[in-house]
Amino acid sequence: MTPPVRTPQRSLADQPRYDCRNAYVDTLADLAHTDHRIVGVVNDSIGSSKLDAFKRAFPDRLINVGIAEQDMVGVAAGLANGGRIPFVSAASCFLTARALEQIKADVAYSDRNVKLCGMSPGVAYGELGPTHHSIEDIAWLRAIHNMAIVVPADPVETAAAMRWAAATEGPVFIRVSRMSVPQVYSDDYTFRPGKAVTVRDGDDVTVISNGTVLWRALVAAEQLAADGIEARVVSMPTVKPLDTDAVIAAAAETGGIVTAEEASTVGGLGGAVAETLAQHHPARMRILGVPEFAPTGSAGYLLDRYGMSPEGIADTARTLLTSPRQ
Amino acid sequence: MSALATEHVTMPVFGRLDPHAGRADQVAHIAEAARQIRIQDLKLVHYANAGHIGGDLSAADILATLYGAVLNVTPSTVDDPDRDRFFLSKGHVAGILYTTLAAFGFLPVEDLATFLKPLSALNGHPNRRKVPGVEANTGPLGHGLPIAVGHALSAKLDVSRRRTYVLVGDGELQEGSNWEAMMAASHHELDRLTVIVDRNRLQQGATVRETNDLDPLDAKAAAFGFAVVEVNGHDHGELLDVLSSVPFRPGKPTFVIAHTHKGHPISYMSNNAAWHHRVPTLEDLRQALDELGAGTVATNRGSTS
Repeated sequence: MTPPVRTPQRSLADQPRYDCRNAYVDTLADLAHTDHRIVGVVNDSIGSSKLDAFKRAFPDRLINVGIAEQDMVGVAAGLANGGRIPFVSAASCFLTARALEQIKADVAYSDRNVKLCGMSPGVAYGELGPTHHSIEDIAWLRAIHNMAIVVPADPVETAAAMRWAAATEGPVFIRVSRMSVPQVYSDDYTFRPGKAVTVRDGDDVTVISNGTVLWRALVAAEQLAADGIEARVVSMPTVKPLDTDAVIAAAAETGGIVTAEEASTVGGLGGAVAETLAQHHPARMRILGVPEFAPTGSAGYLLDRYGMSPEGIADTARTLLTSPRQ
Repeated sequence: MSALATEHVTMPVFGRLDPHAGRADQVAHIAEAARQIRIQDLKLVHYANAGHIGGDLSAADILATLYGAVLNVTPSTVDDPDRDRFFLSKGHVAGILYTTLAAFGFLPVEDLATFLKPLSALNGHPNRRKVPGVEANTGPLGHGLPIAVGHALSAKLDVSRRRTYVLVGDGELQEGSNWEAMMAASHHELDRLTVIVDRNRLQQGATVRETNDLDPLDAKAAAFGFAVVEVNGHDHGELLDVLSSVPFRPGKPTFVIAHTHKGHPISYMSNNAAWHHRVPTLEDLRQALDELGAGTVATNRGSTS
């Protein structure tokens, strides 16, 4: 099967970069035009969510509760009770930390049709520091039952995931990156919830990734190929529910698994993959992510620092292959 | 102590009176429903050996009034998108909510015998996916008011006249999320939203005043943009008049301070913080039922079922 990725003439590393928030707002406006139930809910985050045009187009349907995240998520649950489909749009750090109990009780446990859109997650805020980084969001929300978690890798996948979320009843958390990324997927890509996408085939080693790190994993695979190592790159946009079959297949068919994500090394995609491997198919594994309160630095600098430059991911894969088998 | 069983759930089911019934008949209907709800709830807590009886009884008259004569929701319209909404923010008084819902036909009275038992739909805090009539899964405090604001916003977007009511405890107002939501409610001019405060002045182990005082609550609510009304939260006539008259000021949400007593009207429980979640003994139960006239045959004069 042909991977649903673009096959540009130049490496992905040299492609134009896009801010996924633009795809987010364009898609939200498209959805709102065709479905009157869709509303936006923000915590004064109109500018940081790039929702100014949405506000002009739908002034009544962008509800700004002010700087009040607990209220924001409760209000979204109440709007859903009234049949609306709220897309809550707020910096992921504040949305998921400040309103965690509302996310648990009012949205997930109450089974409300609320879409939580965590803007600028991970280390996207770079130099603003760990108060504004949101590396914990996936671990926190992954522990909550009845909460789907999607981490799109590029504008195409961001738009596709939103369309799926709007059409699907139930709680969803979608991360929307502000760190620019190249377009990884072809324009006709179809998002399939809970399914991994093999974006590059290979049998020597597997890199499982998502979000802003996916393109870096693909470039790492190019570098490994130059050394004669064929890396499989598995995109895992849905962290929950996890495509465990794809994880187990990678463990069975390749020499080991490296996970790489713009999130904590605890409890994120790496944690989910490790839980699967430990119980179903023990294999050599390394988890790349952010292991601490990051020091000052841009988002790109921090990803590189934590081994998620293409070279860093490739190095980890090589090291994994030379480590003792389980 | 014998375990909760079907023989302990004998409450009559109350319908709604004809909307054109006179006020005196409505008030009598609510009063008898509230009395039967209290009798049943006391039995639930005694035989289940758990519950929050103090706050159950302070809220009983408010719930009986809402479901007995105010909300335009009945068992046959429980899924109607344009029904009035009631959110129980103080979810720990689930027992009185279940009993009230059963009294008005939303769930079978015999289901009350499962209260708190393994795999029962009737958890210690309500679950909307398991109990008809429950609008939100509450329990953590400070959640109901923001949800109610969200629902009232949805009604406004729909240009609907459906009303939104939320019952909060007074101790619960120590949670900051309520005040976030109150600012939003007045900012958005949600005048079909009514916040009812079960102002029993007690929290888990002490008075609200000793713990983190709310007074002047009326002035605070007014400053947050609400039309404030104070009622005797155990007077069915006052409750009926106020809760069916909202809004009082066009463009403003309503804040009803319902003065209540925890454990009302049981002599040894009333206004006694010790009864937050104490379980009545069999002797306590007998006395309470005696005080409620449970020995007499219930007159179910309001029933239309």
